[in-house]
Amino acid sequence: MKIIVTVKQVPDTSGKVAVNPDGTLNRASMQTITNPDDMNAVEAALKLKDETGCKVVAVTMGPPPAEGMLRELMAMGVDESYLVSAREFGGSDTFATSQILAAAIDTIGLEEGDLLFAGRQAIDGDTAQVGPQIGEKLNLPQITYAADIQKEGNTVTVKRMLEDGYMTIRVKTPCLVTCIKELNTPRYMSVNGVFEAYSKPMTVLGFEQLKDHPLIEVDTIGLKGSPTNIFKSFTPPQKGVGMMLEGADKDTCEKLAGLLAAKHII
Amino acid sequence: MASNFNSADIAAFKNVWVFCEQRQGKMMPTSFELISEGRKLADELGVELCGILLGDNVEGIAKELGGYGADKVYLCESPLLKDYTTDAYTKVICDVIEDIKPEILLFGASNIGRDLAPRCAARLHTGLCADCTHLDVDLNGYVNFLRTGSSLDVDNMNFESKLFDVNKNLKMTRPAFGGHLMATIVCPRFRPAMATVRPGVMKKRPYDEAKANAVEIIRPEFKLAAEDIKTEVLEVVKAAKKLVDLIGADYIVSVGRGISKDVEGGIKLAEELAEVLGGVVGGSRATIDSGWLSADHQVGQTGKTVHPKVYIALGISGAIQHKAGMQESECIIAVNKNETAPIFEIADYGICGDLFKVTPMLIEAIKAAKAAK
Amino acid sequence: MDFHLSKEQELARKMFREFAETEVKPLAEEIDEEERFPMETVEKMGKLGMMGIYFPKQYGGAGGDVLTYAICVEELAKVCGTTAVIVSAHTSLCCAPIFENGTEEQKMKYLPDLLSGRKIGAFGLTEPNAGTDASGQQTSAVREGDHYVLNGSKCFITNGTVAETFVVFAMTDKSKGNKGISAFIVEKSFPGFSCGKHEKKMGIRGSSTCDLIFEDCIVPAENLLGKEGDGFKIAMRTLDGGRIGIASQALGLGEGAINEAVKYTKERIQFKKRLSQFQNTQFQLADMHTRMQAAQYLVYAAATKKQNHEDYSMDAAMAKLYAAESASDVTRRAVQLFGGYGYTREYPVERMMRDAKITEIYEGTSEVQRMVISKYLGVN
Repeated sequence: MKIIVTVKQVPDTSGKVAVNPDGTLNRASMQTITNPDDMNAVEAALKLKDETGCKVVAVTMGPPPAEGMLRELMAMGVDESYLVSAREFGGSDTFATSQILAAAIDTIGLEEGDLLFAGRQAIDGDTAQVGPQIGEKLNLPQITYAADIQKEGNTVTVKRMLEDGYMTIRVKTPCLVTCIKELNTPRYMSVNGVFEAYSKPMTVLGFEQLKDHPLIEVDTIGLKGSPTNIFKSFTPPQKGVGMMLEGADKDTCEKLAGLLAAKHII
Repeated sequence: MASNFNSADIAAFKNVWVFCEQRQGKMMPTSFELISEGRKLADELGVELCGILLGDNVEGIAKELGGYGADKVYLCESPLLKDYTTDAYTKVICDVIEDIKPEILLFGASNIGRDLAPRCAARLHTGLCADCTHLDVDLNGYVNFLRTGSSLDVDNMNFESKLFDVNKNLKMTRPAFGGHLMATIVCPRFRPAMATVRPGVMKKRPYDEAKANAVEIIRPEFKLAAEDIKTEVLEVVKAAKKLVDLIGADYIVSVGRGISKDVEGGIKLAEELAEVLGGVVGGSRATIDSGWLSADHQVGQTGKTVHPKVYIALGISGAIQHKAGMQESECIIAVNKNETAPIFEIADYGICGDLFKVTPMLIEAIKAAKAAK
Repeated sequence: MDFHLSKEQELARKMFREFAETEVKPLAEEIDEEERFPMETVEKMGKLGMMGIYFPKQYGGAGGDVLTYAICVEELAKVCGTTAVIVSAHTSLCCAPIFENGTEEQKMKYLPDLLSGRKIGAFGLTEPNAGTDASGQQTSAVREGDHYVLNGSKCFITNGTVAETFVVFAMTDKSKGNKGISAFIVEKSFPGFSCGKHEKKMGIRGSSTCDLIFEDCIVPAENLLGKEGDGFKIAMRTLDGGRIGIASQALGLGEGAINEAVKYTKERIQFKKRLSQFQNTQFQLADMHTRMQAAQYLVYAAATKKQNHEDYSMDAAMAKLYAAESASDVTRRAVQLFGGYGYTREYPVERMMRDAKITEIYEGTSEVQRMVISKYLGVN
């Protein structure tokens, strides 16, 4: 049994974000991290590895420096990883990205008993689309928003969160599960893991390796194969600076309450 | 897939559709927001607005959609559609769309909408834009939106495109990179153009009884068998605890990392202040990630977008992800020890001080001000 | 000389930093204030391999290297001097002498529990009358059949109250002076062993420091570490390695104080300017950083030499001397940059200053380091 986990290296949007004058993101100035929900997916897979001894394989699509992220995941305990990387894949929207990742996962091979884990969504685009779109392309049943995963034989039972409660869903493997932060707390790398990370297998899947896969067509990958395009991008306007009240005492609070009352907002 | 279906044949597609989500036979409020917004888009295109409603014995709630602006409701009923499953809902929606071919299809960006929409878009081979906060067909409307909603110099910009008709294509605007950037997405070469829309953002229209009675209910043909559904729903559980209704609240008192030195005390103060105002308590991502508040309290990019009358931020520094969820509030009040906290840049009123000292005084002052009225 | 870290060392630094920021920093103030040993952190570090970084996997170590260990102590010390010394004393003063001098049986018996952090280790050399002059040992060990009987006491023992395994030094033959000292592996449970009073300290207040008391303490003969009379040599070699740990701790403390000062001076406004805009601030921080950078080179060089089995005794002494004095200087200057706030416990720099002072004292005072260095220069 193996678990394939899709992961993405993303700019850390919780820190300072620099925007170029043309409204695009200045990625060079930003720290990159492994997408947080993907870390929960990796942890879920490693937990199952602790229980069953199964193999955990990480797959990412991105530029060559994404290798660093894959090494980190291998230092956490991931056994093997794949970097899907080619100029031809650049500019892909979620549709084209899932097309390529589905081809990569199919090339690695997903068999009965295997699982495909993904993070719910990535913090750069926040779309939550790539997981389900891979599921569709591979014709896998899916359960998104997983807050608990139990595997028994060839079925998994998942607690799937809704805004107002949850569903418990059972499905046969292979299947896709997308993970949320409530699922677990990702482990740290370990020192042992760090010293093994660079000797674990990492395979680059480029255009040459994937071009014969039926999902890879000129009009389904990259910028050309993306049904959506960016029409404009811009920064939201800053709300004007308001009034800083003097002091922080009883008078200040009474003044504020008075202002609110005068404007009839309390 | 219907053999004649070709998502690239864009001339064959017409009308605006909204997927109307129901749970346990009750319409989700977002469906009304989307129908209201869909009405605007249909009017701009000069076409009909249709809801598509899936469930079991849900005809009774279909009419309501008319009251918010739907001309027609496509109603698909089956015991197999009672609870949401990805497989059944995707199959029925895609089958119906392949037959009837709408040009625009909107979903609420709920946990279910975000499960279903990408699956449908991948099957139909079309584009999908996630979590939209603004939609336009009409170019003038879009330019006017940018005039106030962006830092762009719109008067000196070119909006024409050789590749597609900018006046007929849906322009889907959404925050990206944690709210640092906004992007407007188009789907010019495939249909339907699909979007999920963030709950709480679109404004509901006034309910029109006459339109509700006039709505046309259509039952499209679809095939669905138990074998089509590979997942088994063992149970559906409603949260026992009443969840906080941040989206509907007029007053929100939110806490941030600033309460860390006395978490319980800080939350208690926020609750007291919220009670005096008749509002609810929210929190920044830090408070949710640290487990101080449950996820339903979260305001911000990854939480809820709110626009209350008054938003009070206690000990919230004002990271951009947080601002993205609350900067449309009518009046923002910030209390923070750090005079350089970014929250003060968007606050209408700021107090630089210790929230543990300021909040009790503020509670008393507001009580007094209310009593004086 | 290669000044670049390996890919593994870079990755390990990232790991230590994440762990320190998330697990160690939030506790630093509390364990200092309450003088509480952070046992929960030790358990976590054990699971991650941080309690046995540079030892082979066959004994339960993580299979890393000495420089990675130095980086670990450095990263911990940036946020908490206490946590750093727990790892340093455990690794350098207990695991290392057992690994370097133990028999295969001793290593298999003691190292797996120590290197995995299931048990904490400590080192008992200093006595009330034998500090810098370690040769004045008064604790005695008398062979009686299949065991030794130890009598005497040790003081200022780091990790003393929490450790279960100790490397202890005692006189087996007073007539031979230094050559009459022997080393033993002592378990906490051995009859006649007890811990004495806990010292209240100026800094590293979360670390445990206490006396060890031996009253007819029975130590099996197979727990003799090395041969009889090897003790002084073992102690000195162990302290050479320990100095790399303490130098790393000092390094981290200085760097941590600089991080805090940079952050603070960019926020604090006086005379309508951020403190960071004043040239005094800029020059102070430039000097502070330069000192710590120089210290880092010395520490990393010593660690690399130890890893390569070169003679690193003088390098370790220079690293500790310079890192410790720099840490004291830099943390003191950081407090000054913070002004009044720096003197309060609202900010961590006063704690760092208190923590830094000990690095000039324990595991060989700065004066001892100068003795070692000058001996290498042939000036004696």
